[in-house]
Amino acid sequence: MTEIFGVPIQALFGQLMLGLVNGSFYAVLSLGLAVIFGMLNIINFAHGALYMTGAMLAWIGLEYLGIGYWWMLVLAPICVGIIGIAIERLMLQWLYKLDHLYGLLLTFGLALMIEGLFRDLYGVAGQPYSIPEELSGAFNLGFMFLPKYRAWVVVASLSVCLATWYLIEKTRLGAYLRAATENPKLTQAFGINVPLMVMLTYGFGVGLAGFAGVLAAPATQIGPLMGSNLIIIVFAVVVIGGMGSILGSVVTGLGLGIIEGMTKVFWPEASATVVFMIMAVVLMIRPAGLFGREK
Amino acid sequence: MTKRKLLALAISALLLPAAGSAMAQAKGKISGDVVKVAVLTDMSGVYSDLGGKGSVLAAEMAIEDFKAQFKPKFKIELVSADHQNKADVGSNKVREWYDTQGVDMVTDVLNSGVAIAVAKVTTEKNKIMLNTGAASTRLTNEDCAPNNVVHYVYDTYALANGPGKAVTKQGKDTWFFLTADYAFGHSLEKDTMEAVKANGGKVLGAVRHPLNASDFSSFLLQAQASKAKVIGLANAGGDTINSIKAANEFGITKGQTLVGLLTTVVDIHALGLQTTQGMMFTEGFYWNLNKETREFSRRFFSKHKKMPNMLPAGTYSAVMHYLKAVQATGTDDTAAVMKQMKATPINDPFAKGGRIREDGRMIHDMYLVEVKKPAESKEPWDYYHVKQVIPGDQAFQPMSASRCAAVAKK
Repeated sequence: MTEIFGVPIQALFGQLMLGLVNGSFYAVLSLGLAVIFGMLNIINFAHGALYMTGAMLAWIGLEYLGIGYWWMLVLAPICVGIIGIAIERLMLQWLYKLDHLYGLLLTFGLALMIEGLFRDLYGVAGQPYSIPEELSGAFNLGFMFLPKYRAWVVVASLSVCLATWYLIEKTRLGAYLRAATENPKLTQAFGINVPLMVMLTYGFGVGLAGFAGVLAAPATQIGPLMGSNLIIIVFAVVVIGGMGSILGSVVTGLGLGIIEGMTKVFWPEASATVVFMIMAVVLMIRPAGLFGREK
Repeated sequence: MTKRKLLALAISALLLPAAGSAMAQAKGKISGDVVKVAVLTDMSGVYSDLGGKGSVLAAEMAIEDFKAQFKPKFKIELVSADHQNKADVGSNKVREWYDTQGVDMVTDVLNSGVAIAVAKVTTEKNKIMLNTGAASTRLTNEDCAPNNVVHYVYDTYALANGPGKAVTKQGKDTWFFLTADYAFGHSLEKDTMEAVKANGGKVLGAVRHPLNASDFSSFLLQAQASKAKVIGLANAGGDTINSIKAANEFGITKGQTLVGLLTTVVDIHALGLQTTQGMMFTEGFYWNLNKETREFSRRFFSKHKKMPNMLPAGTYSAVMHYLKAVQATGTDDTAAVMKQMKATPINDPFAKGGRIREDGRMIHDMYLVEVKKPAESKEPWDYYHVKQVIPGDQAFQPMSASRCAAVAKK
């Protein structure tokens, strides 16, 4: 069997594939963060907690109301989006004029409260959630055994990323949004309701987190800590890709997923740190991130 | 103060002891007139479902049962705190308890890092620690303190030995390890490797993953590629749960056997039988063993909505054993109580014929269990076939292998 650095090439393909799957989660989560930062200038630390809320809602829907995976894939992001809108209207909107730090602190506090709430209600061991019937089983790719569900995660995440990119870059609504970011006063003067746009953007951004949460529900254990384990990596992804860059966050998310996957083969102990090493290097060479623009 | 008031005070002070002469006896010997028990645990982090509020409840139950049964003449108080899995937070809290709040005994103390730090403070202040939560064998070896610390429930040696021996002897003799990359994981991995080799098995390799890794499929694929018959999970809590879940998804469990080296009934409940069926591991307690364990566990369940695993069950037993020793000696003096606890066998829902060895290790039976198939489970929480009762003297590290300096010198 052909080997690269002592690792059979087949195993390497398997790891590449897994990297892509994990990268898909990073991509959807960092996309939401990038959209929010781009439009609102808020560093949304509650993103991980809302991702967890999405997953918890999926479980609650099934456990108490008998609503299956496919419905929750639509309903949970909407619910999380509504929670987001409430957060924006009641709290965040007062902070736009202040330093970034205030938004960061507020959302961080919210994250702790949301996690604390679920921890108190359900404990930390988590809840079981099985893979939907249609997607159980696996494809035998020859070099690896790829569960259908993981393949679906890649397809669903990439479609959502693409749709978001299209919405913001190619539609009229997206053009308004971009204009509102660039110069809110002037945009408002043209009769566009900027506060409404901002509110919807935040709702949409956290809705993406809720969506990623439902996607993750069958693949990992649903528990209050699932968001905080992931969110720091996602922040690194956003920083590497360039704060506020949509394309940057998607490409970086996938890329880093793959690099992390490779690290797990060659140096497993470092797999939790590799992303941050890359972040440090990128910040030294391109402080605005790989895809970011210097302002 | 007027003379009359002073007189009244003096008379009442004289009269009070007369109300109960036995009380007066106890009074002289119990510091602050109160026996104070403390539960130090993880209330909110990764291990809070293992001990946490369950341990506090178990300690409460022990105190209630003790009061009902023995009608003690002394007062008993319970305090608890969250150490957040941080050694400094834990040891500071315990120091405060000992110095300013008159705490006599601390229990649970899960997380080996915290436990080793708290054991040092306990020894320094000459108090008692009944560790029912932490796993590291260091507590009865390199860091042993046999006059102050009892390792009550389980340790990495006991966890490793059961499955290491039984599974290897079944012919599943090649192992690969998935190990949490910190002291506990390393110690569990090492102990299991030794057990496997001692029973004629072979270790094909190991992969060390960071604590709280978000995805385990990569590591599992490496384990699969090793073609080992058994994959040993030398991790705990959320890491074990996520490893098992991913192993199922990737079809690894069809060809290889998973052994979760530190798994309890709470983890099985969180994962469901569909995912965990056929797994084997060592437990220190199972609620459905006999009438006594069922009776205790149902009472616990009615308050906690979860069956007890070995941590709360052990905490119940430890607090009870401690209070009985205080009752028998009539004092909360550390040396006297420790001597009494070591001299008395332990018989309660948790342990039958348990005894505390001179190095501080509590010796009791452990259970090698196999998780039932979903169809075999008759009621909620009916999860295990008990495959083997491992007698205490085989379950734990023998004294001959002890690295505890204090005991070896004797």
